[in-house]
Amino acid sequence: MTTINLTVNGKAVSVDVEDRTLLVHLLRDHLNLTGTHVGCDTSQCGACVVHVDGRAVKSCTMLVGEADGTSVTTIEGLAQGDQLHPMQAAFRDNHGLQCGFCTPGMIMSAIDIVKRHGGKLDEATVRHELEGNICRCTGYHNIVKSVLDAAGRMNLANAAE
Amino acid sequence: MYQTHYHRASSIDEAASLFAKGDDAKFLAGGQTLLPVMKQRLAAPSDVIDLAKIPALIGIEVTADRVVIKAATTHYDVATNAQVQKAIPALAALAGMIGDPAVRYRGTIGGSLANNDPAADYPAAVLALNATVKTNKREIAADDFFQGLFATALEDGEIITQVSFPVPAKAAYEKFRHPASRFALTGVFVAQSKAGDIRVAATGASASGVTRVAAIEQALKSNWSAAALDGVTISSDGLMSDIHGSADYRANLIKVMAQRAVAKAG
Repeated sequence: MTTINLTVNGKAVSVDVEDRTLLVHLLRDHLNLTGTHVGCDTSQCGACVVHVDGRAVKSCTMLVGEADGTSVTTIEGLAQGDQLHPMQAAFRDNHGLQCGFCTPGMIMSAIDIVKRHGGKLDEATVRHELEGNICRCTGYHNIVKSVLDAAGRMNLANAAE
Repeated sequence: MYQTHYHRASSIDEAASLFAKGDDAKFLAGGQTLLPVMKQRLAAPSDVIDLAKIPALIGIEVTADRVVIKAATTHYDVATNAQVQKAIPALAALAGMIGDPAVRYRGTIGGSLANNDPAADYPAAVLALNATVKTNKREIAADDFFQGLFATALEDGEIITQVSFPVPAKAAYEKFRHPASRFALTGVFVAQSKAGDIRVAATGASASGVTRVAAIEQALKSNWSAAALDGVTISSDGLMSDIHGSADYRANLIKVMAQRAVAKAG
């Protein structure tokens, strides 16, 4: 057992876990943050994507030791109280989800995409950049629409700051 | 995953001594291959020694003649580095084609080379650009480094510290991607050095891992153009054959990817 100290959604957390524990299991089983999903467990589907020190990574392919001392943001950490993150709001408004299983990973990856590309985002880029996130309902069309919509909202929000 | 002991090394020397202490230790760089393999219980190291946060292993240095990438530098950082994009655009582009964005944030050049997956991208760049792999013990020329499927010249406990690429006159990488895994069904890197030497390396095709393609190098020596390869026939001997593509299909892909790469390199 090892004590892992990290910040999750702004709160300092200290957990005793086995060295073989993956970050996704620390989040789900020890912190009860079950919004982050395990889909394929082979780092292909992206349902487990969270932000570690601001970078969107697959939490099923990271040992807790690698995450020690980092700051992690999960889907639960995006909304400010009742106010959804612009990406979450855009997914709701554009019907960007069907069963919802892939959605947390899609949203975490999508925020990263918008941050990297800013206002230069187009449909082809969104489709290409979402290659590491798989939607089994195959609802990609509205997911792409949601990301582009949110990109506009996020850039407006940044400009207003 | 079986039980293991995780260690975060703070220096190269500490990593080497931790490795020596373990019964069956493995180095962990980005973990984008090792962790999936451990999860499938195909590997069960007693200890994993994390190299990813060793300061001496992170960073990129670009001079007029060389691009030096330290071993724990991520694919994302190589792909987006403005100096690499300028000095060897083909190398930055290759790094940006590995896996998907989340994988590129974690995967590292040292990890990719030490693993030497037969369909990985970086080995093609290292071989075609005639790079030098530096370890904590010695320097290894690209031609000596790759020794077949998942096999390299690295000794037990030897750590790649950096890879030094000579800046070429021309280079390009073209990859026919497997649509699900993003690995190269076949990828070809073509390079013309400043001294005029031509080297061509194919990944994803040969059953013995990354290889140089003599027939294409020969044809490009007399005429650096895609058309010069029209008459070249690549033998399917020793090429992989699986559900994704037959050996003959891969043989043809080597030629087609090489032609596209030459056209791209200009």
